[in-house]
Amino acid sequence: MSFWEFTVDASYFIAAVLFIVGLKRMGSPKTAKAGIKWAGIGMVLATVVTLWHPDLDAGFFRYLLIFLAIGIGGGGAWYTAKKVQMTGMPQMVALYNGMGGGAAAAIALVELYSHSAFMHGTTVLILAVVGALIGGVSFSGSLIAWAKLEGKMSKTIRLPAQHLINAGIALLIVLLGIVIIASSDGAPVLVTLFFIASLVFGVFLTNPIGGADMPVVISLYNALTGLAVAFEGFVLGNPAMIIAGTVVGAAGSLLTLLMAKAMNRSVSNVLFAGFGVDDGAQG
Amino acid sequence: MITGFVALYIFMLAAFTGYEIIGRVPAILHTPLMSGSNFVHGIVLVGAMVALGHGEGFWETLIGFIGVILAAGNAVGGYVVTERMLEMFKSSKD
Repeated sequence: MSFWEFTVDASYFIAAVLFIVGLKRMGSPKTAKAGIKWAGIGMVLATVVTLWHPDLDAGFFRYLLIFLAIGIGGGGAWYTAKKVQMTGMPQMVALYNGMGGGAAAAIALVELYSHSAFMHGTTVLILAVVGALIGGVSFSGSLIAWAKLEGKMSKTIRLPAQHLINAGIALLIVLLGIVIIASSDGAPVLVTLFFIASLVFGVFLTNPIGGADMPVVISLYNALTGLAVAFEGFVLGNPAMIIAGTVVGAAGSLLTLLMAKAMNRSVSNVLFAGFGVDDGAQG
Repeated sequence: MITGFVALYIFMLAAFTGYEIIGRVPAILHTPLMSGSNFVHGIVLVGAMVALGHGEGFWETLIGFIGVILAAGNAVGGYVVTERMLEMFKSSKD
């Protein structure tokens, strides 16, 4: 193990500890403000050290692209997050969560297109494909949630026989997923189709849900993004992503149940109440 | 690579940790915690950086580039929003 390999692994370990301690501290009113700072330190540490990651032995151009992308994404998010009104917070959480889901899906796509995901056995391949699906659904679903809360989608569009269409897309996703996993190379066309289908599924799943139920849905997508991040962590062999993603997946799932319970609704009620009904919950 | 039962153990223990963290949390902290955990999965940034670093050809590079933009937005936006939420929470409590 080289010096930098050790440094990266050790830093990821410290970051994982900081995330868990930070989240734990966020669970109590007295320590909540310190908690987010602990997690923030972990994030900065992991990000900086990743520049020396052994799988990232890229030339100057790649580093330039990385810095440029972090500047665009981070700068844009910083500006919008500082500017938004307090009442607009929930949709911003949805927006940033969707971005995380999209990032997880992007990792899956790169690993599938480049065939890296096909080199480590079937389990890794399945995780890559399922992670792409969950990340894609979370991405488009969160964007719809954001658009609805932001008031950009005041009218809920319902197609006739929406649940039949949804079932059809779900079936298509399962079939394409099996074909990709069974094939030895995963044709880029199939991977692209699979990803588009998961985006469409996320849109159709979120579209009928009314604004009042959105916090529960955002929390659900938050948990799903965490799970997608964990799955892609397995694909990349990245323990920081595995641990942080899984912790968020579990914590987010429980939070979703608690939030639904606080509203006297069940999660399946929230998700499927709008299907096939004209006067479902609307915000 | 982390595979087989070691992977399963890590997954199980991390899931248990996440469950335990939320266990006895007052309802008023649910939304900040959702936002905080939204920030934590911004760690996807490190994976996106690696993906952009080793993607080959135009399309893989472009998707990796978009991935890093999205991941950075998740991490930075998640942090700022959570901090602002907790700020408000504190001042309304005092």
